[in-house]
Amino acid sequence: MMSHTLRNHLCNLPQGTVITGKWHRHSYKLLKQLGSGANGVVYLAESRKGLVAVKLSDDHASVTSEVNILRRFSKVQGVALGPSLLDVDDWMNPFLHKTVPFYVMEYIKGESFPAFIRKHGKEWVIILLLQLLSALDQLHQEGWVFGDLKPENLLVAGPPPTIRLLDVGGTTLQGRAIKEFTELYDRGYWGLGSRRAEPSYDLFAATMIMITACCPMKLERKGDGRSQLLSIIRKDTMLRKYEGVLLKAIDGKYKRASEMRQDILAAFHRSSRSRYHPQPARQMKPMSRRSKKKKHRKAKGVVETVLIAAVLLCVYAIYVYHQVLH
Amino acid sequence: MRKGTLRQILLITDGCSNHGENPVAMAALAKEQGITVNVIGVLDQDTIDESGLREIEEIALSGGGISQVVYAKQLSQTVQMVTRKAMTQTLQGVVNKELKQILGSDVSLEDLPPEKRGQVMEVVDELGETVKLEVLILIDTSGSMKTKLPTVKEALLDLSLSLNARMGDNRFAVFVFPGKRGDVEKIVDWTPRIEELSTVFPKLTSGGLTPTGPALREALAYFGRKRSLRSWIGDDESYFEESSM
Repeated sequence: MMSHTLRNHLCNLPQGTVITGKWHRHSYKLLKQLGSGANGVVYLAESRKGLVAVKLSDDHASVTSEVNILRRFSKVQGVALGPSLLDVDDWMNPFLHKTVPFYVMEYIKGESFPAFIRKHGKEWVIILLLQLLSALDQLHQEGWVFGDLKPENLLVAGPPPTIRLLDVGGTTLQGRAIKEFTELYDRGYWGLGSRRAEPSYDLFAATMIMITACCPMKLERKGDGRSQLLSIIRKDTMLRKYEGVLLKAIDGKYKRASEMRQDILAAFHRSSRSRYHPQPARQMKPMSRRSKKKKHRKAKGVVETVLIAAVLLCVYAIYVYHQVLH
Repeated sequence: MRKGTLRQILLITDGCSNHGENPVAMAALAKEQGITVNVIGVLDQDTIDESGLREIEEIALSGGGISQVVYAKQLSQTVQMVTRKAMTQTLQGVVNKELKQILGSDVSLEDLPPEKRGQVMEVVDELGETVKLEVLILIDTSGSMKTKLPTVKEALLDLSLSLNARMGDNRFAVFVFPGKRGDVEKIVDWTPRIEELSTVFPKLTSGGLTPTGPALREALAYFGRKRSLRSWIGDDESYFEESSM
């Protein structure tokens, strides 16, 4: 928790403020605020190496913890785990006569997840969710759990649209207690499990992200969490198609993100198939496919005949032309 | 480093004390005994008056803990955050003390270069996960707090959910003030399962006085009593005696 005055001060640093590190002497010129949370403020800044994101906080402990996590990630990077870490330092704040810890990350340009969905439509929810599950699977295999997974912490970079995880403040070693969470995406809040860091914790949050993306409304737990979520899923046409997968994730039955990913893919194919071939047609399918093939073959024959006739006609025309000239 | 027990008092109140000893002094006494005092001020629509706010801050300050004033709705999140932060702060205090012993000067975490800091923080994180924690929850049930009690109960259940996810052991005790007979009344004795609270909570009646000071004093004595009992048995557990930086 930041004290109020300091927090206000850090949140309202004027554009153009130059921050110079006490240890490494790198300078960053603040351009605009990108966001703020419980533990600090992130600014877009200009450095000698180009645009970067700078996170300032007054909480040494949480900054150091986050840096530790980002460091580990930089060792296992490759996919979209988190932004890469560029610098860590202290800023001697001239206004407060106090050192303010900060770290510098790569600036990922993109749209927030909710904004992207609003602009490009709900069909992207599934695609981004699949990407998210791949990233989570990798994270889990490294022994971590993301923890504070919510739409605000997802960024869609691109093109091509690629999901990236931001804000590693909640990232926790598996088996420990989740460091930071947001009620709505926390299974503990919904009375549907513990706050121990395990892959199923993140998968619950991923499910909530999908639910809130499809039904953007003010959500609050009332009574039995499970039946409340279930009724929301059943009411929405898109969510309904994935009911089985979502319920399994809500109940914490997936041990791995990749299992949930496969089930979502399967549900997607099932729903798209049934959309184009209504239920009764499915039994007829083998036949209809064969008859289609036959039709196809017939059409091919006609084309061939016409082609041959055309070629012959051409040859004959050339022959006649030559005869006439000579 | 030996693993000890962290001891905290979590005071949940909505205003100023008006009876008995000065709570700020009692909090200072707690700190002297290695017990951190955290205070959460709960607002409804109403606001806490200036003197109430000041008291909340001062109790936490002299108790080496953290204070936060929130609306009843945000209570769950705040209770767990305050408890956790206070733990980290205490542990950091302990680690800082060790650092000073090793480096022999006035070095704290902030004076280390960022690279070194990371390693120290990992130790703090590790300790925070595994250390034993005892939280004595002290709830003000006077006057206007009455309507907020259901929220308080929920927040406490939520707290146990968070803390019981840790690898280390937890023990909770719950006291309310004013009590039916005296200034303070024990409603849940030391237990790892705060869920026991659900059964006792509805029976609470709220009175007029707000004896925050006496309640803190009693709470302290309760830690002490338990400890003396321990030493009787010959338990050689150590306590972290440092609470702030």
